[in-house]
Amino acid sequence: MRRHNLLLLAAAVLIAVVPLFLSFEGNESFGGADGQAQAQIEQIAPDYRPWASPLWEPPSGEISSLLFALQAALGAGVLGYYFGLRRGQAHPRSRTATRTGTAGDAHG
Amino acid sequence: MHIMEGFLPAPHAAGWALASAPFVAHGVWRLGKAVRKHPETKLLLAASGAFCFVMSALKIPSVTGSCSHPTGTGLGAVLFGPSVMTVLGTIVLLFQALLLAHGGITTLGANVFSMAIVGPWVAWALFRIVRGVGGSLAVAVFAAAALGNLATYVTTSMQLALAFPDPVGGIAASFAKFGTIFAVTQVPLAVIEGLITVVVVNVLSANSRPELQALALLPKEAR
Repeated sequence: MRRHNLLLLAAAVLIAVVPLFLSFEGNESFGGADGQAQAQIEQIAPDYRPWASPLWEPPSGEISSLLFALQAALGAGVLGYYFGLRRGQAHPRSRTATRTGTAGDAHG
Repeated sequence: MHIMEGFLPAPHAAGWALASAPFVAHGVWRLGKAVRKHPETKLLLAASGAFCFVMSALKIPSVTGSCSHPTGTGLGAVLFGPSVMTVLGTIVLLFQALLLAHGGITTLGANVFSMAIVGPWVAWALFRIVRGVGGSLAVAVFAAAALGNLATYVTTSMQLALAFPDPVGGIAASFAKFGTIFAVTQVPLAVIEGLITVVVVNVLSANSRPELQALALLPKEAR
C-alpha cells in the first residue's frame, strides 16, 4: 500500500510539473485563472464597474504569499497531528515488535 | 473559482447568497448532529477542514499556461456528507475573502454555492453511485474528488456567464469563454486532487478504521 501511495503522489507531482516545460503561444505566464476571468469580464462588459472592494487587501505580494503559506502551514500542521496520532494509536507496539523481531502490528 | 469582490452585479450577488443560505444553515445543523452522534470523529472532521485549507491554498500550474487551485472539498463530502462540508468550505472561503482579498464578501454567496455546495454534493453523489454499482473505495473516492472539483469550476463559469452574457453570443458564448479559463485549466488539477484524496483515504483506511467504520465508509468487522 505504501508503494501504491507513493506512485499516486508521484503521478500528482508529475501532472503539476509537466505544464512548466510546455511552451505556450501568446503570453501565458502562469497567472491566476481568477485574474484571467476578471480580465474576461472587463472585455465582455467594459462598462461594468465593481461595486465593492475588499475590506482589507494584503499590502504586497510578499504579505499575500505569507498569508497563503500560513494557510497551508496551519492546515498541514493539523493534518500531520491527526495522521501521526492515529498512526501511533493504530500501531502502538510496532517499535518494540521490530526490536524483538516479531513482525506485525497491535491489531495482528 | 473565486469571483472577486464586487465582480457580480448586486442582484446576482444577492440571489446566490439567498440560494446558499439554506444549505449553510442546514449544514450547521447537520454538523452539530454529526458531532453529537460520533464524537470520536471530531478530530477527523478537523483534519478534513485542514485538508480543504491546504488544498485551496495551493496554486498549481496547468496545461493552459495559467494557475488554479484544487478545492479539497471531496474528502469531507465523502467522509461526513455534503452538508457538513458546506460549513467547512464556507469557513475557508470566508478566511480567504477577509484575509487574502481572494474572493469577497459580496461574492461569498456565489463562491459558497460553487465550492461548498455544488462541489461537495456532486462528490457525494458520485461516491454513492460508484460504490452502489460495486466500484472499489479508491475508484469511488477518485471520481468524487476529481469531478466534485471540476463541478465547482463549471458552476463558477456558469455564474459568470449568467452575470455577463456575451453581447453577441449571449450566455452560451460567455459560458464557453469562462469555461475555457476555469474548467479546462481545472482538468489536470481535478486529477491531482483525485489522486491525493485517494492517498489520504488509503492512509485513513490503514490507521483510522474505527472512524471510517463509524462513518460507514468501511464495513464493521464481524468479531
